Amino acid sequence: MKTEISIKNIKSKFLDKVEELSEENLYACYQCGKCSAGCPSISEMDISPGEIIRLVQLGQEKEVLDSKTIWICASCFTCVTRCPKGVDLAKVMEALRQITLRKNVDYVSPWSIPKEVLSQVPQIALVSCLRKFSA
Amino acid sequence: MKISYFPGCTLKTMAKNFEDSAIASLSFLGIEMVELPRWNCCGTVYSLTSDDLIHQVAPIRNLIRVKEARDTRVVALCSMCYHTLKRANKLVKEDQEKLDKLNNLMYREDVKYNGEVEVLHLLEILKNEVGFDQVSKKVKMPLKGLKVAPYYGCLLLRPAEVGLDDPESPTILKDLLESVGAEAIDFPYETECCGSYHTVVNVNLVVERAHDILSFAISQKAEAIVLSCPLCGFNLDHRQKEIKEKFPDFKSIPVFYFTQLLALSLGLDEKVCRFELNFIDPRPLLKSKHFIGGV
Repeated sequence: MKTEISIKNIKSKFLDKVEELSEENLYACYQCGKCSAGCPSISEMDISPGEIIRLVQLGQEKEVLDSKTIWICASCFTCVTRCPKGVDLAKVMEALRQITLRKNVDYVSPWSIPKEVLSQVPQIALVSCLRKFSA
Repeated sequence: MKISYFPGCTLKTMAKNFEDSAIASLSFLGIEMVELPRWNCCGTVYSLTSDDLIHQVAPIRNLIRVKEARDTRVVALCSMCYHTLKRANKLVKEDQEKLDKLNNLMYREDVKYNGEVEVLHLLEILKNEVGFDQVSKKVKMPLKGLKVAPYYGCLLLRPAEVGLDDPESPTILKDLLESVGAEAIDFPYETECCGSYHTVVNVNLVVERAHDILSFAISQKAEAIVLSCPLCGFNLDHRQKEIKEKFPDFKSIPVFYFTQLLALSLGLDEKVCRFELNFIDPRPLLKSKHFIGGV
């Protein structure tokens, strides 16, 4: 798979958009790996949290937005607590999800949730799931 | 003494066992939890994007209700409610422009919010207002011989600026459990995420997470898990059915809200604990320790 890294995509609007939505300075990340080491959901992810930041720094919009990672994130804030540079990775993940959701594209559509699940899970699960995953 | 109480949606339904045992325990300890009139859902999660103000309306409106109740503090039991209310409160206390916009949006409210309210968790009330030593003095039935694993999950402790204890090595639940006579173990997964809202669409992720957490606690000889969040409660208790399906050798373990054990130790009727709402029935364990009677 060819990946193009050039001034064109590094200085793309994608990085600006992510920084604007998250209010985080992505260039502060120096790839220490503590976020990935602490992430409880990493076994289900295709790209690790630290790698996501690297790819955003390099303007790789498609690879990041197509990843499973941003949707597996459970917003547990372990990464936020451990980052030595104070980068709020949870906000970055939320910004990445919102870029897709704000195009009116659901990750989870409310009507796709089976009826049995609707009556089984507590309300907080449904509300938080739809807050995070539906447009 | 009275304090405003924000229940949140789930404490009125699946987690009524949490609410009933909390209100009864606190009443016994001399604090009346007064439910906020006209409270609304807090939103469950704190919105993490910088431009999203509309999702701050729900939590801030609840804080307006606290003001209307002529109180300056509100106590929450559910970790998610605590987290969301506290973070939204912090946001508007530090950003006057956003606070003004929110007040303007809520122009129909009689009262404007100006950051006057403090959001507290019940554990903070027990530690700071009552004091664990005072709790100990009121204990009628110390839970001697009960070995429990306190489980904090994520939203009580992280991020550190709103957490109620150290995010990596918390002790508050352990301190409370020891003050009522139980033995609380430390285990590395006590602050590990349970999978949270993935329980709706990705049950396998929750099963894996919950299995790891529970197995580790069991390997440290814990007889029960103790927690403070209805979603963690669902993932670690109710999802044991799915865990057993995927891991047939898994041994089930009861899960308590900390207020259920508190209520028992204070000598309150087990009816306030509403054990029938716990998925894995904790009564056999409690009977074996002679904490409750009956056959």
